[in-house]
Amino acid sequence: MSGLDMAAQAGIWALEILAITVPVALSVAYITYLERRVIGWIQVRKGCNRVGPAGLLQPLADGLKLFLKETTIPARANKFLFVLAPILSLTPALVAYAVVPFGETSLFGLWDEPHVMAVAHLNVGLLYIMAVSSLSIYGVLMAGWASNSKYPIMGAMRSTCQMISYEISMGFALVTVMMLAGSLDLADIVRAQQGGILHWYMIPLFPMLLVYFISGCAEVGRTPFDLTETEELVSGYHVEYSGMWFATFSLAEYAAMIMIALMTSILFLGGWYAPIPALDVIPGTFWLLAKTGFLVFLFIWMRATFPRYRYDQMMRLGWKVFLPWTLAWIAVVGIFIYTPGLDAIINFWMPWR
Amino acid sequence: MGLIKRAFKTWLLWELLVGLSLTGRYLFKKKITVEYPEERTPLSPRFRGLHALRRYESGEERCIACKLCEVICPALAIRIESEERADGTRRTTRYDIDMTKCIYCGFCQEACPVDAIVETQEFEYASETREALYYTKDMLLANGERYEAQIAANLAADAKYC
Repeated sequence: MSGLDMAAQAGIWALEILAITVPVALSVAYITYLERRVIGWIQVRKGCNRVGPAGLLQPLADGLKLFLKETTIPARANKFLFVLAPILSLTPALVAYAVVPFGETSLFGLWDEPHVMAVAHLNVGLLYIMAVSSLSIYGVLMAGWASNSKYPIMGAMRSTCQMISYEISMGFALVTVMMLAGSLDLADIVRAQQGGILHWYMIPLFPMLLVYFISGCAEVGRTPFDLTETEELVSGYHVEYSGMWFATFSLAEYAAMIMIALMTSILFLGGWYAPIPALDVIPGTFWLLAKTGFLVFLFIWMRATFPRYRYDQMMRLGWKVFLPWTLAWIAVVGIFIYTPGLDAIINFWMPWR
Repeated sequence: MGLIKRAFKTWLLWELLVGLSLTGRYLFKKKITVEYPEERTPLSPRFRGLHALRRYESGEERCIACKLCEVICPALAIRIESEERADGTRRTTRYDIDMTKCIYCGFCQEACPVDAIVETQEFEYASETREALYYTKDMLLANGERYEAQIAANLAADAKYC
């Protein structure tokens, strides 16, 4: 490969990365807007509609305000780690998008066979996402530790506990997907669900869909599990943060929330396939984003509906309900796959066998 | 049977779905927000806002400096000084209301035997200085002239309940 080719390749990668991070950043901004509007509507209010037409410039105003705010760093804090922590929690949330397949395209017949639309088409994409998204725990832990203050460190312990607990049942829920798809490649997992809504993994793995989505909720600290930002527990690991560094944490939270919605659509809701095969004439990216959009809306809807879990209830749900339930479902799926007679049923969802 | 039903309800997240459907219905309800500077809620004729001192149609001040309002004011916001005029009537030389003290209880207008001090429906007179909220007799009389039509209409609307 010549130097020119390498430069061209680097340029293409840079463009690909931009083509994903810019929409992600924009949708994070506008999900905060959507959240305020939808929660307002549910509470029979109108929500923010002052800044710009229908309040559409509100996210920009919020961003500007946060940029202009003073960032205070506590005198006794470890300054290096204090600044590093928000970056360490945002980076994994964005890096995870590298392997997400947004669809398949042959570029209007330019290529003979369709290519997967992902920055990096990794054959262990599922593992990569699990690995990268658990890295954000370090940001949380580091933020609590670097603040050198009582409440942040306790909040960090609480949040880490929550994230680690729910990651286990999330991982086991993904094992069942892996067993059916026979692959860790996200594109392969989607292709295994081809052929209409009945082939989607939400049919045989419905309990796992629930476990994954609810655990995802807990993992990113969305409302029934938002113990990281509760008033009665003195907020959480980001008590000492202000201004843009504080906003970075919520950016990371929202980016991770979109990621969970994307992964749920890819793993359980048939990714870029339409519910009816005839509708596949509409580009797959549209279907994937529509499913993701619905799940993001569901996150917001849940936030407007459910009260917050108490800490011990949350731990009970993670360890005593989800974990045994996922383990049991792995056994059930395994029995179905390997028992002669029963495998005829499960083969419906395993076209590659 | 009860146990099976309970198990189904638990595992299908029945109660959560009921809650979601309720909030889902509220999503489409008519919104009750009043967008204040453009839209306003109706005000009662008895609304207690900015104070005003009224005059008779002849132009004579109504206030006879009986100081009942000053006495009844629970916040001690009213300050009155009076003197005897050449024609033998008693009139105020000073009638101040400190709006930073006033609690808008309306006792002053109830105590007034000649309907001189009244509270109007005006409530948008916030200021950036304390001094601007210290209303003197001239300012109160000016308020009375400005809002006389409104005051008279409200008094008439309320008269049958007095």
